Amino acid sequence: MINSSLKTLSQMLASKQISSVELTQTFLTRIQQHNPAINAYIALDTDKTLAQARAADARIAAGNAEALTGIPFAQKDIFCAKGWKTTCGSKMLANFVAPYDAHVISQFDAAGAVNLGKTNMDEFAMGSSNETSYFGGVKNPWDFDRVPGGSSGGSAAAVAARLCAAATGTDTGGSIRQPASLCGFTGLKPTYGLVSRYGMIAFASSLDQAGPMAKSAEDCALMMNVMAGFDERDSTSLNRPKEDYTRGLANMVGAQPLEGLRVGLPKEYFADGLDADVAKVVQAAIAEYRKLGAEIVDISLPNSQLSIPVYYVLAPAEASSNLSRYDGVRYGHRAAEYDDLLDMYMKSRAEGFGAEVKRRILIGTYVLSAGYYDAYYLKAQQIRRLIAQDFTEAFKQCDVIMGPTAPSTAFKAGEKADDPVAMYLQDVYTIATNLAGLPGMSIPAGFAPSTDGKALPVGLQLVGNYFDEARMLDVAHAYQQVTDWHLQMPESLK
Amino acid sequence: MEWEVVIGLETHTQLKTNTKIFSGASTTYGAEPNTQACEVSIALPGVLPVLNKEAVECAIKFGLAVDADIAPRSVFARKNYFYPDLPKGYQISQYELPVVGKGKLTIQVPAGKHGEAYEKTIHITRAHLEEDAGKSVHGAVEGMSGIDLNRAGTPLLEIVTEPDMRSAAEAVAYAKKLHELVQWIGICDGNMQEGSFRCDVNVSVRPKGTEKLGTRREIKNLNSFKFMQQAIEYETQWQIDTLEDGGKIQQATVLFNPDTGETRAMRSKEEANDYRYFPDPDLLPLVVSDEDKARVRTHMPELPEAMKARFEAAHGLSSYDAATLTASRGTADYFTAVVQAGAEAKPAANWVMGALSAKLNAEEKVITDSPVSAAQLAQLLKRIQDNTISNNAAKQVFEALWAGEGDVDTIIAAKGLKQESDTGAIEAIIDEVLNANPAMVEEFKAGKEKAFNALVGQAMKASKGKANPAQVNEILKKKLG
Repeated sequence: MINSSLKTLSQMLASKQISSVELTQTFLTRIQQHNPAINAYIALDTDKTLAQARAADARIAAGNAEALTGIPFAQKDIFCAKGWKTTCGSKMLANFVAPYDAHVISQFDAAGAVNLGKTNMDEFAMGSSNETSYFGGVKNPWDFDRVPGGSSGGSAAAVAARLCAAATGTDTGGSIRQPASLCGFTGLKPTYGLVSRYGMIAFASSLDQAGPMAKSAEDCALMMNVMAGFDERDSTSLNRPKEDYTRGLANMVGAQPLEGLRVGLPKEYFADGLDADVAKVVQAAIAEYRKLGAEIVDISLPNSQLSIPVYYVLAPAEASSNLSRYDGVRYGHRAAEYDDLLDMYMKSRAEGFGAEVKRRILIGTYVLSAGYYDAYYLKAQQIRRLIAQDFTEAFKQCDVIMGPTAPSTAFKAGEKADDPVAMYLQDVYTIATNLAGLPGMSIPAGFAPSTDGKALPVGLQLVGNYFDEARMLDVAHAYQQVTDWHLQMPESLK
Repeated sequence: MEWEVVIGLETHTQLKTNTKIFSGASTTYGAEPNTQACEVSIALPGVLPVLNKEAVECAIKFGLAVDADIAPRSVFARKNYFYPDLPKGYQISQYELPVVGKGKLTIQVPAGKHGEAYEKTIHITRAHLEEDAGKSVHGAVEGMSGIDLNRAGTPLLEIVTEPDMRSAAEAVAYAKKLHELVQWIGICDGNMQEGSFRCDVNVSVRPKGTEKLGTRREIKNLNSFKFMQQAIEYETQWQIDTLEDGGKIQQATVLFNPDTGETRAMRSKEEANDYRYFPDPDLLPLVVSDEDKARVRTHMPELPEAMKARFEAAHGLSSYDAATLTASRGTADYFTAVVQAGAEAKPAANWVMGALSAKLNAEEKVITDSPVSAAQLAQLLKRIQDNTISNNAAKQVFEALWAGEGDVDTIIAAKGLKQESDTGAIEAIIDEVLNANPAMVEEFKAGKEKAFNALVGQAMKASKGKANPAQVNEILKKKLG
């Protein structure tokens, strides 16, 4: 059951083969068993969770269930959920109980889904290994010595270890896709503006986007049906007609369902810095796509090497301002003792924020300062447009871009913790899509051997054109019809 | 050396919207602390701003009223600084691209020590939308400072002028004109005590006849015209004295102390800020189309200049009268209502500018709070017009209306002020008077004109003031003729 797709679970619930309470209890038991070691969840509230499950059962009994009614999900702790502790992985908000629901949370609630708990994450979503969390690191379910990736590390481990049916994540520079690659599951970062950011704690507002983290493309499609949609409380939310993201999945049958699909391979994504074993897995996946009928074309994203420097100007700039509200005045951490107002600000923030967050606030403050703004922030914005332009050009030659999601498989905890730049390079292939606002996806493509002889998951990245999520999900689904990488789970957790 | 003062103003006008500029919280003044602070006002994690269209409409109205360029695309930026009453740690404002560009406002500078009254055009540099901060509350809790975020997020339009003014009188005339205009077009309640209209005044001096601007100091947060006048006069003299003593002016922000009448520079630490402005990524650029402007234009009231011209043309009022009646929206509306209720325009104008205005001034009331309504005044004027009462009696009726003694006809009846217009009755009175005063009649016949007035006086007295004086005159003339 823990390995079942959302569709299967939905059918089992509808046909009363199982109740939502039973299904929820199954996951709660697994959480009890494995979470102490994995640390995927940082807030659990069994009473609230089971109350939702009971309400879902009543709704199913009343005959007005929706696709996700009664199914238990894990929610990244970046989403405010009324009555739930919402920490964003920070000491600053360690005692903050949200008095309102994020749009994403209320969408799941309205669908009758069950909230299993809040998942661990890098502090304020700043990190690629979940090691910056105030609540401790998260174990990669495939190898407990390794990180799950980040920043959505808790949701990633929860999905990979089957501690939930599926989870939500957010992706500012790769925070859904890189953990999906490192933990071996399917994750989608939608087009910027498709999922409302209301109630999602801001890191870098122009880049942040929520999305599904699940076993399969089909599961992601069902979740997108719930998560996407216009919300007038977010001015960057796009007012487009609702669409059914599952609509094309059933067509992905036959020998060559992708005939006519042009897959672009950016040469820059297969250059230096990519682990050879990861490259092999990605090439094999592309070969599989060729078999499915896709035509492979070589493309170039000439400005992609500028993604990381541009991102590390813009994201910290926005973050430095977004995180100003954590001043100890109204909520959140306040130093116990202080001399005056300035001292209160300085001590509260010095104590409340971790090292990576402080590093980014300092970078962001610097690049926005008088005399530096033009050279950094403004220049970065100009290059951001060039990067987006690269994709516009590329999509004249292809329908979907493919490449590696991350340059390597999961690395060991502590391995990059003291080398921020090495850590930042984890997102070298994912960041450009955030800068362009494009949808990106990672799907399990196989395994690569680690130095100590373990098999670690490798993700294949798909980048689509704006609002092309449905096609991307079709393309991923077609692959998942002929492969079973996405169904694999760690032996020790079965 | 003769000095010239150069003045520019930045005015924060609080826009009269029902809700805040970026949230649905109410903007009503005077509520219990923090009862109008929603999750956006207190900047909870995860909340986002959504621009209030009403505030944008106010900005467009202002732009149209001062004949300004309205930007087809303007941008909200974040002004970053830490302060307890600034919940997000930044203020959302417009920096590089404001919604309203260059415009102009014509002011009337009243006669004063400079000489005759004159007109002058003040150029508006820009006007931009921004949110207000909350307030620190000291002493509400012993030994603690509190924060009231009811005001946080209230929409403001900051209106900036060119350094066009050359005296405190011009600055005050501009501020008053602007104050009147924003109320006229209905975008601000103009309540200066509640902080709805506050001015920052930039003052510098230079030797008269030179072009180069002197170093300016900015007087912050003036919320009365009287203080503005005092502050500018003090500051100007202080700068002149400093320069004449061989000193230099340092650019500074200064505060005016109404108790001492002096300005004082703030500590440099209080203003040493790098605001790190950058476009707010939570808000899209504000786009104002020609259609938007056209739509707002249809909601625009007639502007004072146009109304003045119309009063002159339609009612035959003098330029001075028309200007006086359109000096405030309240007066203009009142006058219009009196005329619409059937009164003749000229007497209506005289009463509004005369008796009513004097009474309002004496009791420090504004016309919108006048105890005598426009309908009542119109009714009173009709009773003068149809000879029911005399002008003198009308003054008594007006006083009674002011005191709330009832409607016009009730008061006339109660006080017995109805004038006698029955020719027979007046003739009878006059006959009596002539019989009783043969000496006067003789004097008149002997050519003494004065005697005629005395006889009129006797007749009015005999009628207890009620006889129509015009009729008395006429009949008496006939009888003596």
